[in-house]
Order: sequence, then C-alpha cells, then structure tokens
Amino acid sequence: MATLLQHLPALLVAVPLFAAFTLPLVGRTGAPARTAWVFLGALLTAATGLLLAWQVFAHGPLLYVFGAAAPHVPTPMDSGGIPIRIIFQIDALGALMVVIASLSSLAIILYSLASDSRHSGKDSFYSLLFLLVAGVLGMVSTGDLFNFFVFLEISSLSGAALVAYRVDKGQAVEAGLKYALLSTVGALAFLVAVGLLFAQYNALNIAVVASRLQFTPLDQIALVLLAIPLAMKCGAVPMHFWTPDAYSTAPSSITAFLVVSSQASLYGLFRILFSLYGHLLEFSWLTFGWFLIILGVLSMFIGVTMAIPQKDVKRLMAYHAVSQTGYMLLGVGVGLAVLGNAEALTAYGRTAMAGGLFHILNHAMYKGLLFLTAGAIFFRTGTRNLNKLGGLGHHMPWTMVFFMIGALAIAGIPPFNGFASKFLIYESVFRFSPFLSIIAMLVSILTLASFVKVFHAMFMGAARTEFAQVREVPIPMIAGMAILAAVVIVTGLMPRPFIDHMILPAVNALVDRADYIAAILGGH
Amino acid sequence: MTAFLLSLPFVAVLALIFIGLGAMLFKRNLIKILMGLSLFESAVNLLLVAIGYRQDGVAPIFTHVPPHTHMVLPTVQALTLTAIVIGVATLAMMLSFAMIIYRKYGTVDIRNIRKLNG
Repeated sequence: MATLLQHLPALLVAVPLFAAFTLPLVGRTGAPARTAWVFLGALLTAATGLLLAWQVFAHGPLLYVFGAAAPHVPTPMDSGGIPIRIIFQIDALGALMVVIASLSSLAIILYSLASDSRHSGKDSFYSLLFLLVAGVLGMVSTGDLFNFFVFLEISSLSGAALVAYRVDKGQAVEAGLKYALLSTVGALAFLVAVGLLFAQYNALNIAVVASRLQFTPLDQIALVLLAIPLAMKCGAVPMHFWTPDAYSTAPSSITAFLVVSSQASLYGLFRILFSLYGHLLEFSWLTFGWFLIILGVLSMFIGVTMAIPQKDVKRLMAYHAVSQTGYMLLGVGVGLAVLGNAEALTAYGRTAMAGGLFHILNHAMYKGLLFLTAGAIFFRTGTRNLNKLGGLGHHMPWTMVFFMIGALAIAGIPPFNGFASKFLIYESVFRFSPFLSIIAMLVSILTLASFVKVFHAMFMGAARTEFAQVREVPIPMIAGMAILAAVVIVTGLMPRPFIDHMILPAVNALVDRADYIAAILGGH
Repeated sequence: MTAFLLSLPFVAVLALIFIGLGAMLFKRNLIKILMGLSLFESAVNLLLVAIGYRQDGVAPIFTHVPPHTHMVLPTVQALTLTAIVIGVATLAMMLSFAMIIYRKYGTVDIRNIRKLNG
C-alpha cells in the first residue's frame, strides 16, 4: 500500500493510458466487457486523482522523479545539483486542477456510457476519451516544459479527433480540423519557446529554468510564444473563434471535458506567468496584470454579447464558456497586477486570485452540467435549435432541474457555487478598480437574461405533439449529471472549507514562486 | 566565416517558419495549408537540432571517446525525435480530416468550407 501511494503521480497518467490502450482489445470480447472496463477505468482514474490531491492538500506538494531509484529526490547525488530526469511536481494549484479533471472525467464517462450507446466505433471513442483525460492530468502535474508540450499535444490531438468523431455531414470534421490546426500551430510556437529557453539555460525543468532566467531578449520572445498559444487554447477573446465550432459540434460529453482541457491551458498560462517568469516581471507586474485583465474583460463582454443572439443551444453555451473564462483571467490578473505591492496583495490581491481560481473549479462543474443537459435534450429530441424546442419540462423533469441548477450557478445566483466565486471577484476587484467590478456584474446580469430565455424556450410552454414520445434520459446520464450538480450545490452552500483548504493553498502556490523552485533545487 | 556558417541553420529556420506560416495564411487549398504546417514543423525540428550542434562535436556516446572532446547535446535530439513522432500523428490525422471534408463537401477550397459561421 505504501509503495502504491509512493507511485501515485505515475499512476495518475498510467491508469488512463492503460485503460485507453487495452480498451480496443477488451472491446473485442463484447459490449458488456467494454462497458465494465470503461467504468472501471473511469473509477480508478478518478480515485487516483482524488487520493493524490488529498495527499497534496494534507501533506504539501508532491514530487515524483520518473525512473529514479528514489522517486522523491529531485537531484541525484552524482548530477551536480541539477535534476536530469522528467519530474512531476504537483503543488496545491496542480492538485486543484487534478480534482477538477477527476470529478468531471468520472461524470462525463458515466454519462457517455448511455448517451453514446447508439453509435458505432465505441472502442476508439473511449480510447480517445481516456487519452484526453491522461493528457489533461499530465499537463497539470508535470514540472517539465517539454513534457508539458507532449501532454498538450496528446490532449489536443485526442480532443480534435473526438470533436470530429460524429462526422455530421462534414461539419464536425470542419470544426475538428480548425481545432487541430490552431492547436498544432500553437503547440509548435510553444516548442520554439522551449528550444529558445533550453539553448540558453540548458534545462527543461520549470523550476531550474525559473531559477536561471535572465530576461534576455530571447526570453521575452519565448514569453510571448508561451503565453499566446496558451491564451488561445483557453479560449480568451480575441483568440476564441475555435471555441463555438468545436464546443457545439463535439458530442456533449466531450464538450464538457473540452472545457476542462481549456482550463488546463489556463493553468499552464498562470504557471508560466507566475512560477516561470514571475520574479522577472518585477518591473512590469502591472503591465502583465493588465494584459490578463484586458483579455478577461474582453472575453467576458464579447462572449456574452455573442451568446445572446445564438439559436443553437450548444453554440450559445460555448460563447458563455468564453465569457466565464474572462472572470478567471480578471481575478488572477488583478492578483498579478498587485503582486509587487504587499499591502494591496494582502488587502484584496489574494482574494481576487482566490475568486479566479475558485471560478475554475466552479465553472468546470456547472458548465459541464449545462453541456450535459444540452446533450440530454439532443439525445431525446434530435435538435439543438432553440426555435424548435419547447415544453420539455413535461417530459424531462430531471434534466430541467439540472439545467436550472447549472443556469442559476452560471448567472451567479446564491446559493449556487457561481455566486461564491463571483462574489469574491466582485468585492476584491472593486477595491482595485470599481469600473471593472461593475462590468463583471453587468456581464452576470446579461448571462442571467440569456439563460432565462433559453430555459423558457426549452422547457416552458405546453407539451408539444412532436415531442410526445420524448422521455427522461437513462439512469447513467442522470447519474453523470447528478455528480456535477451535487458538487455545484455543495460548493455553493459551504464554500468556506473549499476556499480555506483548496483554493487559498493554490493561491499561495502561485504567489510564492520561491517555494516552487526550492522544492526542486532545495534551500531558499 | 565560421560564425556565418554556424548561424546559417537559424536563418534557414526563420525562413522556413515564415514560408510555412505564409502558406497557412494565404493559400486556399486545404492540402497546401497542411503542407505549410508541415514546413513549420520541420523548421522547429531543425531549430532544436541546430541548438544542440557543437563545432567538431562527436556523437554523445561515452565509450572510446578521448578526454576533452566536444559532444553534441543529446537532449535536443531526443526532443526532436519525440516532436517528429507527434508531427507525423498530427499530419496524418489532419490529412484524413481533409479527405473526409473532400468526400462530404466535394472541395478542399477553404472559401467553400464554411458551414459553421455565425
């Protein structure tokens, strides 16, 4: 047992990879065996992730050196004090992302067991899904720049293949191609930056590079080449144009996980800005903080205004996802802007960052839930067009309840979790700049208006004759949605323990850059 | 002269990156866009290998090497191999997407592949 615990970080990616590659073999023995294998794989992946995160929150950051005799010792005795192997470094921020990915992977895999039961090609579908999960989990746990690139590519490739999976007269393939093309160009730019950093500092480990960084002109080019692709992958305006296409054409369970994969890129962006470059931006924290804030405000506002006129319910939700990402950028951006000002940082900077990071968790849960309800409606009615839907409250009461929970959470209505994180953002951003806080509230009101319209169009009204045959969705789909809804309600009713034990340690992990480096190189 | 020769690979990298990006931005044929992407990819691989080059360096294998001999960097070569494998997978997947699009739409001209606007 102790050995197993010691190797948890390796298992975190090994379990989903093993599930992915054995699935086509198990699938040959029949559908029940495959379903059992998928279920087992999802359960084990989530259990590994949650156990690992619990270890981090209880005992502090975890290190894992791949292929070393002692996996907790980052620098071997004979290496001259530098790490020579690939290292997983999971601090509180990484653990927070692992929790998000574990919970939502479990929920969406449960859901997809029923929602994709009518389609063919299930072996490769679930293989790709497990690869996507492994990619996201790897991205948020690795402490190595090149390794991050590899996991980024694993998640982009499997994500693009899954977006295109249900060809849908070519539209899904069109969206998948767009997603793959942008991801690959972004990842290649990222690789150029990794090359530039390696050429100067002879290291790939994030902590080692961070300790040697001089902020030469090449480093500045590298910063741009690292930050822009990650901002694009998390769907920030003005690089959001792939999101509505990919999110609306992918199968709903996949869309719910693409949200998490976007947020893994957001994690990468924060890691680069704070842990890798944090100390060197000293003279320009305000500039880089405002860079995130402006991205955030643009995303919030343009996202929501583009969402309002949409007729396709998943496209509408995709624009709302862009808009909600803006809140996270705004919260963390305010924190970055006041990083040099210790007084402002304690007064409201940390709270703003806590709001931003808490919103990542909350967003993954309620947005996943909303995409799953849209998928449930598509599953029974065969349309995503709001003008053709109506009166479904009579037929699908559970889906309606779950949709209401998700919609109220995204609009920031108490007692759901969206309120808990948005309130932290409002109150702290107000002390930084009242104007930004007012924009954030205005966007919330527009979000509420938009979801009231959607709710009305889908569920209200008299029962329609064309939907007379429509029934509630099967149990696994309800179970998947129920997991996410339960998290939305629990984190909404009792945000305090979550903020104290998960979010604030994650904020400290970002702010205290020296700890991140000391974990690898020792000393302060 | 040697300095010029040593910087030549980096000039080639820049040129290839811009040719690749240019093809992706200005060509309308999907296949040509993917060719541009492939050029970009090769440029990045060339950059990585060029970073590891040392003048008069030998292969980084520790047997039978006289002391104080320069070796080329092995790490970037390992990175390049990984990047090549990833690149092949990406390109194969995108070409198969292009095939499906041609089958469904009857064209690979991106001006006509626009069902998703809005």
